[in-house]
Parts: sequence; C-alpha cells; structure tokens
Amino acid sequence: MAEFALPANSKIGVGKTINAANGAKRAKTFKIYRWNPEDGQNPRIDSYTVDLDKFGPMVLDAIIYIKNNVDPTLTFRRSCREGICGSCAMNIDGTNTLACLKAIEEVAGDVKIYPLPHMPVVKDLVPDLTHIYAQLASVKPWLQSQSPAPPDRERLQSPEDRAKLDGLYECILCFCCSTSCPSYWWNGDRYLGPAVLLQAYRWIVDSRDEMTGERLDMLEDPFRLYRCHTIMNCTKTCPKGLNPAKAIAEIKKLMVVRR
Amino acid sequence: MANTPQNKQNLRSPLAEARGLGSAKYGTEHWWHQRLISIALIPLTIWFVLAVIAHLGAGYDEFVAWMRSPFSAIMMILTVAMTFHHAQSGMQVVFEDYLHVEWQKMAAIIAVKFICFALAAACIFAVLKISFGA
Repeated sequence: MAEFALPANSKIGVGKTINAANGAKRAKTFKIYRWNPEDGQNPRIDSYTVDLDKFGPMVLDAIIYIKNNVDPTLTFRRSCREGICGSCAMNIDGTNTLACLKAIEEVAGDVKIYPLPHMPVVKDLVPDLTHIYAQLASVKPWLQSQSPAPPDRERLQSPEDRAKLDGLYECILCFCCSTSCPSYWWNGDRYLGPAVLLQAYRWIVDSRDEMTGERLDMLEDPFRLYRCHTIMNCTKTCPKGLNPAKAIAEIKKLMVVRR
Repeated sequence: MANTPQNKQNLRSPLAEARGLGSAKYGTEHWWHQRLISIALIPLTIWFVLAVIAHLGAGYDEFVAWMRSPFSAIMMILTVAMTFHHAQSGMQVVFEDYLHVEWQKMAAIIAVKFICFALAAACIFAVLKISFGA
C-alpha cells in the first residue's frame, strides 16, 4: 500500500536551540533538518537564531554563516552561489528552491529548511542523487546521430530550430522539480520525473539529433512517462522559471502524432 | 525509494536500476483512449443529467416510454459504456500509482476491470430489455 506515515526511523524530533544573535537588531530563526548517518539517531530540527546584519540576503548566506560561525557540523551542498550550479537545491519554507536564489526576507517567520523531499538523505541537507543521475544517464542526454559530423564545420542548426531549445537548455539539473512531484515520490524507481523528461525532450526536439524515434521508444512506458498526471508542482517550483510540465506534454503529443 | 535502508546490500549499478526492465513500449494507447473517452463523456454526461432532470417526478410508464426511443437507448448505452470504460481505465492508473506490491496491484486491476465490465454489461442489457420490450 501507499505509505501515509513516515517510517519510525524517519520521524523528526526536536534538536538543539542556539541563539547566536546577541543583541541583534534583525534576528531571524532558521529551523534546519539535521540527520547524521553515524549517530544512529532519528532526524531532528535544530534552531539557529542569527543576526541578519552579519551576512548577505539569501538563505545560502545564512546557512554558510551558521556553518562558519555557529555550528560547523551543519552539512549542505553549495558551489556557485548564483543559481547556475544547482548544488544548493533544498526545501525552504515548504518549497523546493535554490538556497542561493531564495531571499530570506521572502520568508515570513522562521525559515524552515529541509533536504529535497522523498530522496534518501546522505547527511543533513544533502540528498542522495545517485538514482536520479542514473535516470538522467538512461535517456542519453547527448547528441546522437547516424550521419557523421561535417569534416570542416559544426553541425548546423537554423535559428528557428535553435529557438526550440529555449526554456530547455537552461535547466541546471537541481532536481527541485522532480522532488516536488508526488508521482515521482510514489514511483520514482520507474517514473523518470520532470527534470529527466525535460532533458529527454531537449534532445528529442533538437534538430541535429537523429535518434528521435529511439528516444521516444525508450520513453513509451506507463511508468517512465505516463506517471505524469499534470500535477504541475514541477513548473510551480522551478527556481529557473522553466516549464517541465510543458516539455512532458510535448513528449506525450509526439507519442500520439507518431502512432 | 526515500526509505531505502542505507545498509541494504545492492551490488547492481545505478544505471542498471534506472534502466530496469526497459521500456514497456506501451502506454500511449491507454493515455490517448482516456482522453478520447473523456471528450466523449462531456456531451454524454450533459445529456444524461438533463435527461434525469427532465424526468424528475415522472412515473414508471412515462420513463419506460422515453427509454424505448432509439435515441435515448443509444445515448444511454454509450453513456454507460464510456462511463465504465473510463472508470476502469482511471482506476488502473490509480492502482499503478499507489499500490507498490505487484500482486496487489495486479489483483486490484483485474478486480476493477471485471467489476466495471460486468456492471456495464448489466446496464446495457437493462437498456436493451426496455428498448425491445419485455
């Protein structure tokens, strides 16, 4: 049956409360999901109250500040801090987004931070992305062709065909969308999820690619593609403003067109 | 998948897990037919609701007389057939979404299909019996 409650070892307890905002004019509390694979304990929520005047405006600035100045055990991924690497994807204030693009002042009250939903957790805010990366690899997200490349130039593409990739190529693979999708939560073992399907479509619609049919064959599956029930969480949550739901709908249309 | 025990021994490569049993090469017909049936059900359902409203307070004889007209009978058969087809098709998707034990999923899908087709047959038989007189 579907699981409606968290398993016993995933129930979240209350952790420590640290007030590091001595006499701050602008204090803010961050409630952060903590889980350590090595201590055998259940996950817990730690509260850190910090001074907003000590760091930059984004949630990532806050957790970097907490890690550097308050609690060095806090674990999360981050790299570019400007929304292009996708590393700091996490669930902030109930929505999957990039910590580096999420302004603290957008959050009313305490800032609640959890790892991306329904993924195995490696530690704290770090989800295990092994399976979703394998799913991405399974759609062969690279150009495949029968014709050899022209010896003296690149494969040409008209401006109109290039324009079809707009809204697709910008995806940074942060997986905010896939991990916001209930269908991906329940059937992520087989359903590819919005991020991977958007990547699949990015190559299906690429005029230079010659494996369109094989790509569609690979997706023609009740689980891989048709678990999408147009819930639209993917499009709603995408921190890059992309529309994975539309990409999936376009794949479904192509499936009907080629019958 | 979220609750995979960390210590679970799994020596298959992640790609082998992701590729699984491969594509079923099926799914588009099911999806497309669900859409077709949904479109068909829009006029059929409107007709059915209006027909029911029109017969509020009508007696048995009046209703049977109406039901005997070829148009009413054909529309009723279509409504019944499409509704049950839609129901079994939709329930199959619900079971595929939420039942994760293979035999339970299979049993539920078989059961709902048999029930829907049996109910559809019973309803259509009833319409025909009224139509052709009994």
